[in-house]
Formats: sequence, C-alpha cells, structure tokens
Amino acid sequence: MNIIIAGGGKVGITLAHQLSAEKHDITLIDSNAQVLNASMERFDMMTVHGNCASMAVLLQAGIKDADLLIAATNADEVNLLCCTTAHGINPNLHTIARIRNPEYTQQIYEMRDIFALSMTINPENQAAVEIERLLKYPGFLRRDSFAKGRVEIVELKIDRDSKLCGVSLQEMPGIVKCKVLVCAVLRSGTAAVPRGNFILQEGDRIFVTAPTENLTVMLKNLDIITRRARRVILCGGGRVSYYLAALLEKSNVSVQLIDSNYRRCKELAALLPQTCVVHGDATDHTLLENEGLSSCDALVTMTGTDELNMIISLYGSSRNVPQVITKLSHAENRNIIDSLPLGSIVCPKELCCNHIIRYVRAMQNQTGAAVSVHAIADGQAEAVEFLVEEPTRNQGIPLKSLKLKPNVLIASISHGAHTEIPNGNSMFHAGDSLVVVTSGRGILQQLDDIFA
Amino acid sequence: MNFKMIGRFIALILLVEAVFMLPALIISLCSGEALAVSAFLKTMAVIAVVSGILILLCRSARRGMNAKEGLVCVGLSWIFLSLAGCLPFVFSGAIPNYIDALFEIVSGFTTTGSSVLARPEDLPNSILYWRSFSHWLGGMGVLVFLLALSPGDNQGAGFTMHLLRAESPGPAVGKLVPKMRKTATILYFIYIALTLLNILFLLLGNMPLFDAVCTAFGTAGTGGFGVRSDSIASYSPYIQYVTAVFMLLFGINFSCYYLILLRQFKSVFKDEELRLYIGIVAGSVLLIVANLWGTFSSAEETFRHAFFQVSSIITTTGYATTNFDLWPSFSKAILLMLMITGACAGSTGGGIKIARVLLIFKSLRRNIRQVLHPKKVQVIRSNDQVADEQILANTNAYLAAYVIIIIASVLLISLDGFSTTTNITAVLACFNNIGPGLEAVGPSCNFAGFSPLSKLVLIWDMLAGRLEIFPILVLFSRSTWLHR
Repeated sequence: MNIIIAGGGKVGITLAHQLSAEKHDITLIDSNAQVLNASMERFDMMTVHGNCASMAVLLQAGIKDADLLIAATNADEVNLLCCTTAHGINPNLHTIARIRNPEYTQQIYEMRDIFALSMTINPENQAAVEIERLLKYPGFLRRDSFAKGRVEIVELKIDRDSKLCGVSLQEMPGIVKCKVLVCAVLRSGTAAVPRGNFILQEGDRIFVTAPTENLTVMLKNLDIITRRARRVILCGGGRVSYYLAALLEKSNVSVQLIDSNYRRCKELAALLPQTCVVHGDATDHTLLENEGLSSCDALVTMTGTDELNMIISLYGSSRNVPQVITKLSHAENRNIIDSLPLGSIVCPKELCCNHIIRYVRAMQNQTGAAVSVHAIADGQAEAVEFLVEEPTRNQGIPLKSLKLKPNVLIASISHGAHTEIPNGNSMFHAGDSLVVVTSGRGILQQLDDIFA
Repeated sequence: MNFKMIGRFIALILLVEAVFMLPALIISLCSGEALAVSAFLKTMAVIAVVSGILILLCRSARRGMNAKEGLVCVGLSWIFLSLAGCLPFVFSGAIPNYIDALFEIVSGFTTTGSSVLARPEDLPNSILYWRSFSHWLGGMGVLVFLLALSPGDNQGAGFTMHLLRAESPGPAVGKLVPKMRKTATILYFIYIALTLLNILFLLLGNMPLFDAVCTAFGTAGTGGFGVRSDSIASYSPYIQYVTAVFMLLFGINFSCYYLILLRQFKSVFKDEELRLYIGIVAGSVLLIVANLWGTFSSAEETFRHAFFQVSSIITTTGYATTNFDLWPSFSKAILLMLMITGACAGSTGGGIKIARVLLIFKSLRRNIRQVLHPKKVQVIRSNDQVADEQILANTNAYLAAYVIIIIASVLLISLDGFSTTTNITAVLACFNNIGPGLEAVGPSCNFAGFSPLSKLVLIWDMLAGRLEIFPILVLFSRSTWLHR
C-alpha cells in the first residue's frame, strides 16, 4: 500500500519503521530536512520536504495514488488541515489524524464526520486508558484483551521468591490450579515460544493466556496482591496525567497529582475537582513521603522526562509501593530498562503505533483479516485475533494432526461464551475466535497463513 | 567497520559479474573461439572460488551499514569487479599484460573508452563483446543492479541509500519511489528500454547485429569502445546520426525519463539542468560549425561531424567520426571545455556534471553579490527549490578534490615524457571518463605508450571519476581504517 506519513516525530518515525518493514511504500513529509535525511538512511522510504498541509507538497508526495495518510505532526490543527486537504484531492484516501488537545477530544466523534477522518489517535489518552486498566487489575505488568474481553494475555515477571521460579511449564497448571498457557517468554532480551519442558528462571518475563475468569484464581495461587488501587500518586501534570486523573475520578479512586509548574497546577485544579493537586518537585523524597508514599497503593510516574520518571519509580520500588507504573517516551533500550525495578512500562508512542498498524492490516484485506493485533514481548512477538470463517481451511480437525508454521502457537479458542486453552484434541469451527501468537518474522495477514 | 557485510556484497557483485559473462561465453562457443572459451571458463572458476570463500567467511554478517561503510563497499566492489573482469583478456592472450588488461576493463566499467589496443578488430568476437558489455554494466552501476535484484532480506532498511548515493552520479541523489528495489528496477527498465531502442535504430541502418549491439552498449553506458579501430567513422551517416542522438539521450538525467513515463512533461521541460545541457550542445555545435566552415566537402558533413563530436564529448562517450585532433584550436578548446562539464547528473555520463556546474556558478554569483552587499541574506535555488547548503558545500569540496587530483595525476604521468597537451588531456579524458584526448592520445591513437605507473595512475583516475572521487578517496584515508 502507498502510505504517506506527515510529521517525523516519535510516532511518525516509529510508524515509518514498522510499516516499511511490513513492505508498504512509505513517503514521509516533514519540514525539517535533517530529520528527513536521518530517517531516509535508516528506513527504505522516500521523503518530501515541506509543510504537509500544503497542496503542492501533498501532490509531490503522491497523494493521488496514496491509500492512507497518517498526520502526526505536533499541531492538531495542522493534522486536521492536512487530512482535509488530502481528502479533497483524493476522495478514496483513508486519513488518520493525531488529535491531542483535550478540548478537541471531547468532540472527537463529531470532528471525525466533519473532517472526513477515518480514525483519530490520541496517544496520551490511550496511555491513560492503558494505565487505568493496569491499576484496576494489579499484579500484571501488562494485559491485552481478546475476543471481546473473554481472553486475556497478561505479562508477569518472575521474581526470585516467585512460586514459578525454577518450575517447568508442564508443572505450572498444578501450581496456579487452573488452565493457563504460557505463549511467549522473554529472556535476556529475546522472545521465544516455549515448549512444555521449558524451565522458568528469575528475571524471565512470561506472557500467559487465560480465560478472564481464571486470572483471579491464578493471581491468588501465586500470592500476588489483587486488591485494586484505592489511593494513587501521579507524578507529573502532563496530558496523560490529566486524562488518567479524570478516568480515576470517575471510578472513585483518590488521586494525588504532583507537578512542579504552579500555573499548570492551577489549571489542573480547576479541571479536576476531586483530585488533590500538589505543587512541588516529585523528585523530592520528603515531599513524596509527606504525600503518603508509604501508604499509597500505586505510584505512576509520567513527567515529561524519562530519566526523572525512572528515578522516581526506582525510589517508589525501594519504598515497597505495591504497584509502580512508569511512562517512558523512548522505550527502545528495553533490555537495559528490564533490569531495573520500574514496574509496568507504558509507552504512548508504541500504543498508538500498534493501534495504527492494526488499522493498516485491516485495510489490507477486508475478509479474513485479523480482528486485532497486539505486539507483545517488546514487539518481538505478536498476538493476533482471528475469526474463523466458512472458507478457513482445516476446520474440525484436531490440532495434533495439523502442521503449523514454526514459532506459531494457537493460544486460545473461544466458542460462544466458552473459552478453551487448546490441547492436541481441540479443534475450531466457523464462528470461533482464535488467538494466535507468533514470534516469527513473517506477518500473519489471515488465519490460513498459520498453516505450514 | 562491518567487514563481513562488505565482504558479502563483494561476493555477490562478483557472482553477478560471472553471470554476466555467460553471454560472452555463449558467443565464444558459437564462433568456436577455443582460447576465449577456456578464458571465460577459467575466469568463472576463479570468481566462484573467491566469492565462495568470501561468503563462507562472511556468513554471520550483521545487517546494515553506515555512510562510511557504504562508501568503502562501493569503492572496493568496483576494484574487485575490475580485478576479476580483466581476467578473460589475460587468459585468452588478447591482452597478455595484466596491467594493460586491467586498464582496458577499468576503462570499460568506468565507461571511459580509453584503450591500449591499436586494432580492436583483431580480437575474438566474444572478447570484444565483453569489452563493450562492461560499458553497459558500468554505466548504470552494478550495485544498483544488485539493489534491483536484492531479495526481501533488506526490506525496510534504509542503509541501501548509502550505496545508491555512492554509485550514482550527481550532487543530490534521491529515490524515484519509496522502495529502493523498485527505484533500481525502474532505472534499469528505462536503461534497457533505451538500449533496445538504440539497437533497433542501428539495425534499421543495416548495421551488422554484432556491431549494433556492441555500439549500443558503448552508447548506453556513454563508454566509447568501438569494434573498429576508426570508431564510428566508417559507418553510414545515418548510423552516425542515430549514435549521436542516443549519446545525448543517455546523457540526460534518468529521472526525467521517469517523469515522462508519469506524463509530467511540464516539469521535464522546466528542468534547469536539461535546458542548460541542450543549450550548451546547440551553442557548441554552432560555434564549431562556424569555425570549421569550408574544411569538409559539404555543409551537412561539417554539421554531422561537429554534432557527433560535441555529443560524444559532452556525454563523455568518446566515439569519433573524424580525427578532431586536426581541427583548429578554437574547436579543440570548446571540446576541452565540454570534457570538463560532462553530462547531466543521474545519467550514465561522467565529468563534473551540468548540475554541479550550475551550482558552482550560482554560488560564485552569490559570493560576488555578498561582497557588494555584505548584509544581504541569499539562498541558492535550483528548479525553484532552495538548494541545501550542505549540497553546496559538498559541491565545492568536490571541485577542490577534482582540481587537486588532476594536478597530481598530470604531475605523475609527466614522467613518461609526452607533451603537456597529451598529459593534461590524457588525465582529463580518463578522469572524466571520456576516452580520447588530444595529440598522442587523440581519437586515432591509444594509451599503449604509457608506462605501467602512468597506467595505474590513470586507472585510479578513471575509478575516482566514475564514482565521483569520494568512494575511492576514502579507501586511501587513514581514518577509514582506524577505529576512530
């Protein structure tokens, strides 16, 4: 597909990287020639220098033959103008605009119609939703829902005193006392789809598939606290903080928000009536202690500086805060970050890119396409949900007699309300939802791609 | 330095070269040239062994390369390509001396067309074919060809840009479409289509098939190896006109043809470089015709010779229909000027390139204005777009390196005791990838008389000229090989 990306910021570059690796033809527009030169040497794509909302620049980038435009410059208004102009030139074009201003977020559905946008993205809002989900179900570093919330893939870190440390995967159901499946293991930076005799070690991050109702059982048997957060400290008063505090207010969680900018504090205090907004430096240990760090349920660090977030989170972990969540803008060096006790890592850029890539995949083939795609294990593996349709091959055949591609695993089969963790005798039929995990380099476009 | 990746590339390039020797092998089999058959088979065996060893050594290559490695990769690839490409000449006894053979094949790959052979018609057909085919291969670039072939394992990575930049001529090299593989394929498609068209037109003029193919290869790569010792002089006027026109066509930036394929005629017509190119050709032809008036028997003949020589020299091809060494010195001076300007950027021609000449003149004009009006802020435009200051700086550096290399080379080859004109034009002809110079290296003479040292200097000049200096220059820079 011909995809034009306007804006070579964090999101634009990450998208260019992922989409060009998926063999799409990418053209990147930016007004900074240095950004363009640097990225052209990194990825196989073309670049156009100029203002992306100008018709001449859009035409030069080949808007007439493009299938999709992603506007991700740092100004919402430019993104909107860019999409509207492009859509005017090429009515068949799909447009995705990044809209971040909270004032626009409230009217986002109307704006989609008015500006003929196919989709809008708001990385900060997505990050806030993700963090809220983590706060609701503590114990996991991350969780992804599939099949309308019936199946989950959760991420757990194996600590030294974990019950799972030194246990082989065959023995695992006996310990957690329910049916779960480890679909990927991340050990020292590389992901693998493990076999039954795989022995878990300290420091591994495991990705477990389970029906939603089994999750609580598993957590209980692993002695992981499942009390949902009642009192949360947020460090940093950026957009993510605002969205998150608003969400938490709705679910009656008591929120303390610390920011060092007095004017921003006043704004936030006006916008968030239930939240306790504190003006101060979050890196100051006395301030954190005074705000009740030792008695809070969760600490979320999301100042604008990654380094500060990491430092505050490290302090929180050392003070035994039950749940720590760190927002990072640059999460490229994951194997370094993993060795630190930072709790769950949330990267708005990655969330938003995953979202767009899901959209692109769905655009590519209308039938048999993946219902949803989630990058897991630092993007080294993917969990893909498919709907079994009439033409799908190998229906009603037990899995043990099927030949799958290497590094592909069927993680769950949902028939109606019943979800099953498959074994050799399981089979799937039309109408079922399948979650497939792959760590191979090939991309699964449709369900038939998993068969060897 | 990612030596393994570079090793892999060199191995692949050598294999591509071996595959390209197959047509020559078939010709030698058909015409029963036993010596040539064994020469090509021996060469292929040598290539197979060398690239086999390289591939074995470089199995676990880390993917990707940086700008420095890209330059080194291109420079080394061309050197290895030449070292292996001259083996058929040596093995078949056509050119027994290795340095002479190396000179001949470098002259071929760099599309220079300077020869050490007095009578090419004495060579076996298959060797002649390989000699002309090296022009075609070197014209567009072998690495570009490899990029067009390269399978999916480079998908998504942008490091191939370093290779395209290092091998393609011109101040600012860009892609035509987002995917490198597709860009390279389009370039080769245009190249092959134009070459076939050229062969067709030559055949219509009753040229023998073998001569037509070899001449077209020389024209397409803007090389200049003829199959006869008098170049194109003994062919019919029709063939001379066809060759002259096609030489001009191959001297045009290939992205213009792509724009024509996209039906964007307006932007082709408005291209400053193309306009200046046509202007220079027309002006030079007019001046030379005026200068030569009365020398030839008819006005048509005067125009034909002037047109052919101008188009041959400005595109840096080097075919000749007459011995222009005997022309009056004003005409020779014009040809000398054309030797230096060269063809358009992004074409198969050599020289400084019209695009650079334009930039140099524009920045000179800016500097003069700056003296008169010191506080004025000025930008340089090309095709209505502001030229990047980095490109201007690179162009100036290129010009400086260009002058220094010419002076140093002239100094080195002066040891052989030829006349100053011979020395200067020999260096210019090799460095700008033209072929013939003046006096002792004129169109009716050859380079056999130079000493081995001079030949090595000229070989270096040809490679540096084809790859636009820096890929070859960095190979001789200490900081390239040290970990700094």
